[in-house]
Amino acid sequence: MNQLPQQLANGLILGALYGLVAIGYTMVYGIVQLINFAHGEIFMVGGFGALTAFLALPGGTTLWIAIPLMLVAGILVSVLVAIGAERFAYRPLRTAPRLAPLITAIGLSIALQQLVFSFYPDAKKARVFPQIPGSPFNIAGMTIQRSDLFLIVAAPVCMLALGWFVTKTRSGRAMQATSQDPDTAKLMGIDTDRIIVMAFAIGAAFAAVAAVAYGLRTGQIDWHMGFVLGLKAFTAAVLGGIGNIYGAMLGGLVLGLAEGLATAYIQHVPGMQLFGGGAWKDVWAFVLLIVVLLVRPQGLLGERVADRA
Amino acid sequence: MTTSTAPVTTTGDPVLEATGVIMRFGGLTAVNNVDLTVNSGEIVGLIGPNGAGKTTFFNCLTGLYVPTEGTVKYKGTVLPPKPHLVTQAGIARTFQNIRLFANMTVLENVLVGRHSRTKEGLLSAVLRGPKYKRAEAESREKAMGLLEFAGLADKADHLARNLPYGEQRKLEIARALASEPGLLLLDEPTAGMNPQETRAAEELVFAIRDRGIAILVIEHDMRFIFNLCDRTAVLVQGQKIVEGDRETVQSDERVITAYLGAPLEGTAEAPAAADADADAIADAPADLPAEAAADPVEEADAEPAAEASTASATSTTGTEDEK
Repeated sequence: MNQLPQQLANGLILGALYGLVAIGYTMVYGIVQLINFAHGEIFMVGGFGALTAFLALPGGTTLWIAIPLMLVAGILVSVLVAIGAERFAYRPLRTAPRLAPLITAIGLSIALQQLVFSFYPDAKKARVFPQIPGSPFNIAGMTIQRSDLFLIVAAPVCMLALGWFVTKTRSGRAMQATSQDPDTAKLMGIDTDRIIVMAFAIGAAFAAVAAVAYGLRTGQIDWHMGFVLGLKAFTAAVLGGIGNIYGAMLGGLVLGLAEGLATAYIQHVPGMQLFGGGAWKDVWAFVLLIVVLLVRPQGLLGERVADRA
Repeated sequence: MTTSTAPVTTTGDPVLEATGVIMRFGGLTAVNNVDLTVNSGEIVGLIGPNGAGKTTFFNCLTGLYVPTEGTVKYKGTVLPPKPHLVTQAGIARTFQNIRLFANMTVLENVLVGRHSRTKEGLLSAVLRGPKYKRAEAESREKAMGLLEFAGLADKADHLARNLPYGEQRKLEIARALASEPGLLLLDEPTAGMNPQETRAAEELVFAIRDRGIAILVIEHDMRFIFNLCDRTAVLVQGQKIVEGDRETVQSDERVITAYLGAPLEGTAEAPAAADADADAIADAPADLPAEAAADPVEEADAEPAAEASTASATSTTGTEDEK
């Protein structure tokens, strides 16, 4: 039985999810050189925002209406939390040594987890997330869940829109300029504070899209789902070359594929029987990261840049 | 060389009025009570040994630093202390060490320069409405016009970092002009240029003045300064010691002392100033710490960090050695 197509499909779908979240890490890093460790929780609150919207709708609302509304609510919650974090936690520390905002991000991450854990109704256990009903598709030996269709459409749309925005619009160019040299960008008349907020907001919106996709895919969301996924997305961003938006997406896809293939095939390698299967997939993901960084320390699409002191 | 230096335009209203500008970094006074006025249609020079506070003064004018004391007015209004609002008001600048957006194309660099002169609703950009298309097309047209003016039109699609040095300097000027300024600040525009390139730069500066833009220029090349400028101010150790036309400046004893050192009394500042004149790094006072550190104002002279970089105040405070 050939399970390669199925593993490729699984890997790509998972990878697209990682990629969407990785965009948030990479954009913020590219502009303020901050690793926003609270981004996993921005993703998580987006999921709960979407769930809240779903629960508020009258029962029996068709998913064609529910999903867009859930998306809007999720994006709204994620973006507001991200902008609030930027304004009140990171901006006051903009000129502080880099460790200070990094620690703040970790603290914020724990705080957000605990807030949801403590105050969202019944969030102490996983909450059920709606599914797209219907039997899965069978195409060329691959089985694809209907719920995954959302991600298959959303991920490329988001990426193309972002690519267009960054290269073709005035705000996108201002964003590139700010990431290359913030002081000079200011002297070109660019309000860099606004650009930084915009980077946080775009990253958060993408995370919320990913959260809806994650909920649809797994059928449930919980308060700590942002931790491992955030770590994986951060890995994807570094793998692709942090600061590069196409790198983030590529890194996500490579990481997802590696996990899928490792799960299926490592156990067939003589002597490696113990290290196959789902339990070891995270290990193989990080082994891949280490190997890539040994060969290309700047990541797959990253550029070697002189450190701005 | 042939271009007339006679005042073509009758100088009009003041464009820039800096009064009593003082910039202190901790105990170090980098700019001490400087007054300077630039009138419309004028080219004004700012000279002085390395470390005299020229670039720091520029940074005070553009909002990168907020002056400790004193006011800077542009066309009669006090400037806001934010760089992007200063640009919006109408002051543009270039940098001593080139600071282009290296990974963007030549055209994109100029388009970024136009940022404050273009408006774009995010919604209309996303919907790609006719308004967005029109604004984008107009921006590109104006940017191309500026590239033609600077002689870079055929390189519009090159990455900025791939341009030769002289053209990178020109691109910086084109990018600064893109914000449609009323006053252009040039920080050592001919640094590192050969004599032909310097002559070409002179022509370019005159052409910019003829577009109705007042110019304030920092330079070490005296020929360049005296060919161009209607007036020249001399800054030494943060203070303006002389201002006037070529003859006034050239014949002033204090200027000669500052640049060449006082005859006979070879005190601490003499080797320092001579070094500076040779365009070397102003590290001489580091060799003579006892004398140089005696006076805080003298320390300002020994402070290349304040002069050479736009780093934050904290990084320049209290550092005596080179960055």
